[in-house]
Amino acid sequence: MSQVEYQRRNKIHPHKFALWVAMASIIMMFAALTSAYLVRQAAGNWLEYRMPGLFYINTAVILLSSFTLHGAYLGFKAGKELLYKVLLVISFILGIAFVVLQYYGWMALYDIGIYLTGNPSGAFFYMISGLHAVHVLGGIAALVVALIHAFVLKFKVTRKRKNRFQLVLHYWHFVDVLWIYLFVFVLLQH
Amino acid sequence: MASQVAVEQDAIIREEGYDDHFHEHHHGDKYQSNFITTYIFSQDHKIIARQFLITGIFWAIVGSAMSIIFRMQLGFPEESLAWLKPILGKWITISADGVGTLAPEFYYALVTMHGTIIVFFVLTAGLSGTFSNLLIPLQLGARDMASPFLNMLSYWFFFLASIVMFFSLFLNTGPFSGGWTAYPPLSALPQASTGSGAGMTLWIVSLVFFVVSVLLGGINYITTVLNLRTKGMSLWRMPLTIWAFFITAIIGLLSFPVLASGFFLLMFDRGLGTSFFLSEIYIAGEALPQVGGSPILYQHLFWFLGHPEVYIIILPAMGIVSEVMSVHARKPIFGYRAMVYSILAIAFLSFIVWAHHMFMAGVNPFISNFFVIFTLIIAVPSAVKVFNWISTLYKGNLRLNTPMLFAIGFVSMFISGGLTGIFLGNSAIDIVMHDTYFVVAHFHIVMGVAAFFGMFAGVYNWFPKMFGRFMNETLGKIHFWMTMIGAYAIFWPMHYLGMAGVPRRYYSFDTFDAFSHFDGTNKFITIAAIITFGAQLLFVVNFFYSIWYGKKMTTKNPWQSTTLEWTTPIKGIHGNWPGKLPVVHRWAYDYSKDETSDVDFIPQHHPLTENEVRTEH
Ligand code: HEM
Ligand SMILES: [Cu+2]
Repeated sequence: MSQVEYQRRNKIHPHKFALWVAMASIIMMFAALTSAYLVRQAAGNWLEYRMPGLFYINTAVILLSSFTLHGAYLGFKAGKELLYKVLLVISFILGIAFVVLQYYGWMALYDIGIYLTGNPSGAFFYMISGLHAVHVLGGIAALVVALIHAFVLKFKVTRKRKNRFQLVLHYWHFVDVLWIYLFVFVLLQH
Repeated sequence: MASQVAVEQDAIIREEGYDDHFHEHHHGDKYQSNFITTYIFSQDHKIIARQFLITGIFWAIVGSAMSIIFRMQLGFPEESLAWLKPILGKWITISADGVGTLAPEFYYALVTMHGTIIVFFVLTAGLSGTFSNLLIPLQLGARDMASPFLNMLSYWFFFLASIVMFFSLFLNTGPFSGGWTAYPPLSALPQASTGSGAGMTLWIVSLVFFVVSVLLGGINYITTVLNLRTKGMSLWRMPLTIWAFFITAIIGLLSFPVLASGFFLLMFDRGLGTSFFLSEIYIAGEALPQVGGSPILYQHLFWFLGHPEVYIIILPAMGIVSEVMSVHARKPIFGYRAMVYSILAIAFLSFIVWAHHMFMAGVNPFISNFFVIFTLIIAVPSAVKVFNWISTLYKGNLRLNTPMLFAIGFVSMFISGGLTGIFLGNSAIDIVMHDTYFVVAHFHIVMGVAAFFGMFAGVYNWFPKMFGRFMNETLGKIHFWMTMIGAYAIFWPMHYLGMAGVPRRYYSFDTFDAFSHFDGTNKFITIAAIITFGAQLLFVVNFFYSIWYGKKMTTKNPWQSTTLEWTTPIKGIHGNWPGKLPVVHRWAYDYSKDETSDVDFIPQHHPLTENEVRTEH
């Protein structure tokens, strides 16, 4: 526990605030990439292709995982231990599924002749979705920590554990919304 | 008298301070139980500040020494550099008659490393890392940063970046040599130049670590400022130093990720064969497979960080100067709110002017016009600040000690360098000036020297807070005057070179008859640079000598300053205040308020007097 626990008087916990600030900087990173995408696309010589269906399914997967994780959080708050644990595990599995399916999505793209080293339109998509997947992996690591808390610690609803869970939850919602933004962006730019 | 005031100040905190029950939990010991956790992997912001400072000083010595080496080659090409062979090895080639010359590839490598090191490692990490860490918790009345652990990581990522960059200096093919801006294709194609291979790989890895360090630091600074201010410390009561660090952190957090994106794309181009930035390139007569990329795209991504970066460097210096000047002029800073609003205006504008670095890169001239206008508008908030500093000095009760001299020197440098910015900001004039020594003169004066002055003002002023001792005043003053005169002697003549069209970054002007009459000027600049470098060694000696043997600090508040950091014990402790936290009742600039009193300052934690309550409310 750090000193902030003793000093804060504001409503929002400093760690949560710090997470939001970090999200702002991640947003800037992807904003830069999507702007670069637009600039490069406007310059012409831009290959158009059809997005493999897998990516639509995958969007549903990550969206669903957000709902299940939120459910887990509500379950935790309400003291429903079983619901909390089950939904947490499901969210974790969905998270892993997302990354694996992204990989198959890239393979599907490759099969229709969109190569990383080919036209920049494909390279940009690989690059942006790859960087996003790295951020999802970060979220999965956080979920692992949450799982350890859930299954090792004795079940108890405390303020501190609620706060910790919220950090994971917010970040997970964030990578979810980020993906939806990126996906819709790429679709609209076709 | 002074000691009586000190006793009274402690009593105020003891009786009216804010009790956060900090010392009832003995977790302080958990952090600092042995040598390693106290001094090396420390989570205490005061130690981390010193770590940033000392690493910064190390890099400053290395970075400036590089510039001396390439200046010697440029100013005195006929003189022998053979004596450098023991350090530089094969980069010194010895001709048949025994004259040692710096290899051209290494000249470029030195120029590149000089820029990278000074801009990122010294003036970003060394300046804002040091003073944000030291002053944000102390001046806000916080026990430490919001996350001491992330804060520690921030330093160690910087350390890692330093190690990688330092290692790259010793590569067989030399460090990266394509300029501190790392434009492709030199940075994107390993075969493009000697430094483009392993040198560039380490350069980019180092800078990615560096970006992580800046982001971790910045997240902490912002969170601390917004969440951990002591009772009564409203935003409008914060010292200008904190405003500056706070806004700097926000700029960094929004712009460094963009640089990271550019770097990721560059890494893909380097390693995975993509062509984000590459198109139709021939190397050694052979066409490369990469087509369809745009090198201008990289420039956009780089300068979207690059321009805000110059303000990331200068804003903390501005904050420090405002604070130091007010304390040593014994006057409230003139136009406190105007100072804050101009920081905000500069920060906002700094995001919409980046293309003024690209006027000559083939940007649409119509679009350039917008960037010209926004660029010139930055001069307005900058002028507001200059006006306020000068007004603060006007009729002040000036103490011309070393920190104050450097603060005044800062204003001089900022004016001189800012004015040349206005020339460059006009795209038509920039056609002639771009990539000449005029640009070099501009940014060295306004950013390089000015930011160093801000840093020196800060170090001399807060040295007692960091080490419990004073630096030597006489040496300090010699250091100031030599640096002030030396810096102008180096950079002033460069304007003339630039106006005559002498291009920057050239190894030699032998083949240009038009520039031959600048031989003498170049020699003069080199000699001035060597002397000024020598003066910096005085500072280094003074700094390290004073840590152990300087005059001891005997009172808590030697400068009679109003801010909270001077209410903490002389020897810093974990948690900063031994008991309760001070509660703030007033802004940070109550100097010479009450003419009848013989104490000319009222610290921030002193309650309003009856008289004040009557007149102000
Ligand atoms: C009135 C304010 C200023 C204006 C109008 C201005 C304008 C410009 C312009 C147009 C250039 C590009 C010149 C060229 O490459 O042809 C430039 C370069 C530069 N400026 Fe400024 N500037 C101003 C203040 C500053 C400040 C305050 C700093 C830093 C603290 C700064 C740092 C730099 C740097 C580092 C470069 C050169 C980068 C490089 O090419 O290596 N400038 N400035
Ligand atoms: Cu600029």
